[in-house]
Amino acid sequence: MARPGVRVADSKKINSELFTLTYGALVSQLLKDYENAEDVNRQLDRMGYNIGVRIIEDFLARTSTARCTDMKDTAEKIQSAFKMYLGVNPTVTSWSPASDEFSLLFDQNPMTEFVELPESCLSLKYCNLFCGIIRGACEMVQLEVTSWFVQDSLKGDPTTELRVKFVKKLEDAMPAGED
Amino acid sequence: MAIYSIFILSKSGGLIYQYDHTSIKIEVEKTFTYPLDIQLVEQNKRIVVAFGQKDGINVGHNLLAMNGIQLNGTLLDDGREVTPFLADQSNFPLCLKFGRPKLSTNEKIFLASMFYPLFAIASQLSPEIKSSGIEVLEADTFKLHCFQTLTGIKFLIVAEPKQLNVEHLLRRVYELYADFALKNPFYSLEMPIRCEQFESNLQLLLEQEKIGVNNV
Repeated sequence: MARPGVRVADSKKINSELFTLTYGALVSQLLKDYENAEDVNRQLDRMGYNIGVRIIEDFLARTSTARCTDMKDTAEKIQSAFKMYLGVNPTVTSWSPASDEFSLLFDQNPMTEFVELPESCLSLKYCNLFCGIIRGACEMVQLEVTSWFVQDSLKGDPTTELRVKFVKKLEDAMPAGED
Repeated sequence: MAIYSIFILSKSGGLIYQYDHTSIKIEVEKTFTYPLDIQLVEQNKRIVVAFGQKDGINVGHNLLAMNGIQLNGTLLDDGREVTPFLADQSNFPLCLKFGRPKLSTNEKIFLASMFYPLFAIASQLSPEIKSSGIEVLEADTFKLHCFQTLTGIKFLIVAEPKQLNVEHLLRRVYELYADFALKNPFYSLEMPIRCEQFESNLQLLLEQEKIGVNNV
């Protein structure tokens, strides 16, 4: 979206329904193109990754956050990013004892607002785009993470739970003066 | 106060964007009689003033034109060699134009990639552990400000030493990059930025900076 002029304190707001519907159109088109829900999950993850590697710059430019020093920090920042881009405030819970794994609980999820999954695609991870975005964005700041859905309210679970796991720090990719 | 130019370096150190804002054009034209009272030498396929500074023609200036004919390296535009021409007394009086040559695109790419190791060395030379690389490089005629993002992209602004608020400007350029380069689906990462909207918004930003609207 082009922003008019230069100085816009708050980034432009759009109706979340428009976004929800656009995403729905994307997923249903992918289902038509691939027929197999597994392939759609993979495509969504890939698309998310490509979004993530770009959106991270926007996040950093707008918030001027510092580099994360631990996973708690990362969790907080991912949480604030969800707030910033989707207007939702997921809860960070279920820390693993080693503090390298946490869950994001979504009470409401604007992406699935009008969605019911048909019987035929129960293996579809409707919001798999998120996993890709988190992976791509973290990779650009030299953190390798994996993420997956453990609960999905679309599949009858009480909430939507996204698990994020720290894999390693990408030391080789660390820019000079940062390592 | 002035911003001279802006460079953006990719994560791997390549120049992906360059913009010249205010450039100071120095060109001096003067009529000479035989013999020439300045020393000219051939350097890197250019005719350079080696000694004998006068009337605004300084050591290091290049010969740009002769009797109004542009020079192409050491050749005149019509193909004649310059050096023998200057040695021939019958060609005088001659009108010579001197000035500072502009950096070619290749030279800019070369200089930008030179900055990359300098930045890395600076952070290693630090007596304290964990130092950033070069943030400001100061000379008597300019100051180079560098801002490296967490993702490794470097934004460089070459400005007048007195220029204020450059850190703020660097961050604004980063925002523009995030908006107009990265959100353009036809821009691929790590490649040179050829986005018109990015450029026009950058110009707008620099204009605002000049008249001081943007001093937030």
